[in-house]
Amino acid sequence: MSAAPLKILVVDDEPPIRKLLRMGLSKQGYEVLEAPNGKTALDLLAEKPALVVLDLGLPDIQGLELLRMIRGRNEGVPIVVLSSRGDEVGKVEALDLGADDYVTKPFGMDELLARMRAALRHQLQVHGERPVFRTGELSVDLVRRIVKVRDQEVKLSPKEYELLRVLVQHAGKVLTHRFLLGELWDDLTDAQYLRVYVRQLRQKIEADHEQPQYILTETGIGYRLRAPELRAEGGTISFK
Amino acid sequence: MSDQRRDQNQRPSPEALLEAARREESSTGQLKIFVGAAPGVGKTYEMLQQARARKQDGYDIVAGVVETHGRKETQALLDGLEIIPRKRLEYKGQSLDEMDLDAVIARRPQIVLVDELAHTNAPGSRHPKRYLDVDELLDRGIDVYTTVNIQHIESLNDVVAQITHVRVRETVPDSVFDRAHAIELVDLTPDDLIERLKEGKVYVPKQAERALEHYFSPGNLTALRELALRRTAERVDEQLLSHMQAHAIPGPWAAGERILVCVSEDPRAAGLVRYAKRLADRLHAPFTALCVETRRSLQWSEEERDRVADTMRLAEALGGEAITVPGGDRSIADEVVSFAHANNVTQIIIGKSSRSRWFEILHGSVVHELVRRSGNISVHVIAGEELKRDPIPRKTVRAAEGAAPFDPWPYAVALLAVGAALAVAHALQPFFGIENVDLVFLTAIVGVAVRYGLLPSLAATVAASLCYNYFFLPPIYTFTITDPNNVAAFVLFAIVAVIASHFAARGRTRTVAAHERVRTVELLYAFSRKLAGVGTLDDVLWATAYQTALMLKVRVVLLLPEDGSIVVKAGYPPEDILDDADVAAAKWAWLNDRAAGRGSDTLPGAKRLFLPMRTGRGAIGVVGIDSDKPGPLLTPDQRRLLDALMDQSAVAIERVRLVEDLDRSKRAAETDRLRSALLTSISHDLKTPLAAILGSAGALRDLSSALSDGEKADLLATVIEESERLNRFIANLLDMTKLEAGAVVPNTAPHDVGEIVGSALRRAGKILARHQVELQLAAGLPMLELDAVLFEQVLFNILDNAAKYSSPGTTIRVQSWREDASVCLRIMDEGEGIPAADVENIFDKFYRAQKGDQVRAGTGLGLAISRGFVEAMHGTISAANRTDRPGAVFTIRLPIPAKAEWLDTAA
Repeated sequence: MSAAPLKILVVDDEPPIRKLLRMGLSKQGYEVLEAPNGKTALDLLAEKPALVVLDLGLPDIQGLELLRMIRGRNEGVPIVVLSSRGDEVGKVEALDLGADDYVTKPFGMDELLARMRAALRHQLQVHGERPVFRTGELSVDLVRRIVKVRDQEVKLSPKEYELLRVLVQHAGKVLTHRFLLGELWDDLTDAQYLRVYVRQLRQKIEADHEQPQYILTETGIGYRLRAPELRAEGGTISFK
Repeated sequence: MSDQRRDQNQRPSPEALLEAARREESSTGQLKIFVGAAPGVGKTYEMLQQARARKQDGYDIVAGVVETHGRKETQALLDGLEIIPRKRLEYKGQSLDEMDLDAVIARRPQIVLVDELAHTNAPGSRHPKRYLDVDELLDRGIDVYTTVNIQHIESLNDVVAQITHVRVRETVPDSVFDRAHAIELVDLTPDDLIERLKEGKVYVPKQAERALEHYFSPGNLTALRELALRRTAERVDEQLLSHMQAHAIPGPWAAGERILVCVSEDPRAAGLVRYAKRLADRLHAPFTALCVETRRSLQWSEEERDRVADTMRLAEALGGEAITVPGGDRSIADEVVSFAHANNVTQIIIGKSSRSRWFEILHGSVVHELVRRSGNISVHVIAGEELKRDPIPRKTVRAAEGAAPFDPWPYAVALLAVGAALAVAHALQPFFGIENVDLVFLTAIVGVAVRYGLLPSLAATVAASLCYNYFFLPPIYTFTITDPNNVAAFVLFAIVAVIASHFAARGRTRTVAAHERVRTVELLYAFSRKLAGVGTLDDVLWATAYQTALMLKVRVVLLLPEDGSIVVKAGYPPEDILDDADVAAAKWAWLNDRAAGRGSDTLPGAKRLFLPMRTGRGAIGVVGIDSDKPGPLLTPDQRRLLDALMDQSAVAIERVRLVEDLDRSKRAAETDRLRSALLTSISHDLKTPLAAILGSAGALRDLSSALSDGEKADLLATVIEESERLNRFIANLLDMTKLEAGAVVPNTAPHDVGEIVGSALRRAGKILARHQVELQLAAGLPMLELDAVLFEQVLFNILDNAAKYSSPGTTIRVQSWREDASVCLRIMDEGEGIPAADVENIFDKFYRAQKGDQVRAGTGLGLAISRGFVEAMHGTISAANRTDRPGAVFTIRLPIPAKAEWLDTAA
């Protein structure tokens, strides 16, 4: 990590949310820039933040519109979007437009931090990939194309491996159905095929494919590979 | 109309009060009429002067139509007044300017000047007469000043014609005149008027110049002036009376007079009616026009029938009643007298007989009989000049069953009967002699008369006579008769035969007419029975349309209001569509609660006649009738029949509507009940977690120093937990709202049920933290058409429910399997289960199986939402108790799509 604190641009019209984020993020060592509206946000982009937390329900410029504009100016900056429950369509659209991840309001601080870390890590990972990815008991060697669960090698079909590779490359981030379809197939648009492959992959690498620990379903949106630092969510779940 | 103002007990009569109220009510405009005895007295001038004065006072007064006829002084008065431009209408190549009624209505002045009340509008105008325009303006609350000459008043029409020998074509009904709030008589002595005429200050239309000299003679003018004065005085008198009645001022009320005028096909009947009207007004009594239908009246020509119908209509237009009674066996005079006695008539008006003396001898004189039989009732026998033909254009009233085509059959039968009689007589002759032969023939003749009527029986008479002569009277087989006795016998036979035919035929005619009447009554009765049994509006309308068409032999459409306009709801025959003129007439009839369309005063160019349908509560619709025969559609009797039908129908429609209203209000009450239950529940469910959050946070802030770390951690945990619960509840509320609004459109795609179970479990992780979860999901299940988000919510809600109602540490089991054409999913808990009585209702909104505060907030909606979502995805959900141990089990059944995607487990 670099010595200077990373700048996080927080764009939200609600003062309590901004306050909460400022407190929470600065405690984690980030420097927080606050923008109450889209216009200020665009101005503050000049400061080259390392990540943007963007509320989709902004007063002056539509959240998605602002997203487009930010991507237009600064291609690479990771963006985590704050959205409301039930707006799956909005979330998918935001992700397709270039957001890296989303958090549903009301959110817990830990969830947001985890997603932010995932988005930042990805950014860093692009510049220096580590050859072996590990999370939980899953390890993936991207160079030699070897997948191991609990040190047992798992045989995957080419497509399954591709799927896993894409998930690993974006570990911790949510990937929309469309994105995954686009990565794996050229001409298919039907998400059900994706689901079938995910199921198959799960059957191979998960202990219980119906209660997956690694490949997590983001209902209505896509899939996410659990990143290493993420705490296991949920309580005790027993297996049959 | 005048009679209604009287009241024996000297209380203000309701009608008088109503009228007073109407006066004060600003919703109807007030009419001021400037009356003059003759053209040129200065009515327009006077009107304009007053208009200017009003304008000075600040009133908003405009000129709708003012005829100055080029007179400079009048024109000068017009300056400074706002003039509404006239509307130009093209008619037969001519351009005519008429008052632009719509422009005046749009302008909404306080007062508008409308000159020449009796003017006839050019074809294409909304109303055929200007006084109807004025009526409409008054109805819309605009005051009107107008001018009229005394000879234009309907009831004075013939009197003026008698005086001046000039019959004025354009008349104004008395009702308009009587509606006026104020009448101002513009009076000029005859000499002054003649002077003005000479000075050229009087406008005279070109055509009248010839009659001019006679018209403007001093004698005439004096008579006209007196007429004008008297009529104005009458009106003032009425107003006084009304005022006195409204304030219950006792006065010399007129005795309970009632006037009856006898109407026949005589051309003077109209004059009689007008006389009756004047008499009635003078005596403040109601009047009735009575027409007695006799056998002879059934044989009236079309023209005579028209005239009678017109006269009856005139009686109604003048404010009286028009009644037709069937003549029975009695004479006309008897019918009249019995009607008079039955209705407390005090004065009878009848026209002086114009029949010849011979006719009177043969048929009796109605007048004489009436005078003799009338008892205490005064009889006015009015002599009238035979007035020339009414200038009103002839209309053809739809005749009752037009002349049937000549049917030879009865005549053939008649001859056959005679032939049969001949044979019989011939057979009997040896036994009974020729004296009784004629009786045999007579039997045949009477039989024919009874069966076929007068003419065939007369034919039979002739044939029988000839046969009698030829075959029986010596010398037989010749047409001569030698014995004078036989001649007498023959002649007598002929006479008796004719008389017998006559009476038999008359009996038959009466019977036929009576049958007709009975049939009408039967139809009406059957109609009312049918309506009583009908439940829906459509049925009522159809029955009405059909019955009306059947009984009146017209085409019918029924229109009811809908969305602020009026729409065709039923019709017979059913294909009828209304064109623009008809639609306009229907709308007008509806809005103004008056007849419009063909044959009426408004929009007479329309194809149909539209009449409003009224109940006690007001107008509920409009009926339109039409037939292919030209001319007016209904006689007064038919009109009455139509009214009877419409009344019944209107009542039935109202009844159906009331039932609907009742249902609706019941449902509204039920909705209200649910709504208040909802609010109570929501309020509780919102407040409970909030109370915990506030309490905990408050304690953290205020008691911070006194709390241990453990306690602080506890309180914080509470804050977070309760916040999450509140969040879930709000989410449920939103889902419920969406379901209620019908806004849930599942975005289905093939999904693996197991996958969604997994993500639901993950989401519910925290809630299920203290429970054991067991999964028993069948392998190899087909993919189902599901909306992942909705289904996850369904499972989440059920899991939430299971967690709430079972103790920590117990197991929650999730199973799935395939059954026939469905995939079943089951969630079971080990709690207390569902009370038997509640198993059905558990999916209802806000239903809680366990009452009381120990139930955690937010349980009311979850299951209802689950059901809503499952059903939106074409599945079913049910609840039951476990059979192996206490606990609840929820079962979801989802259909397997036709082209199921089987999950391929191969690599």
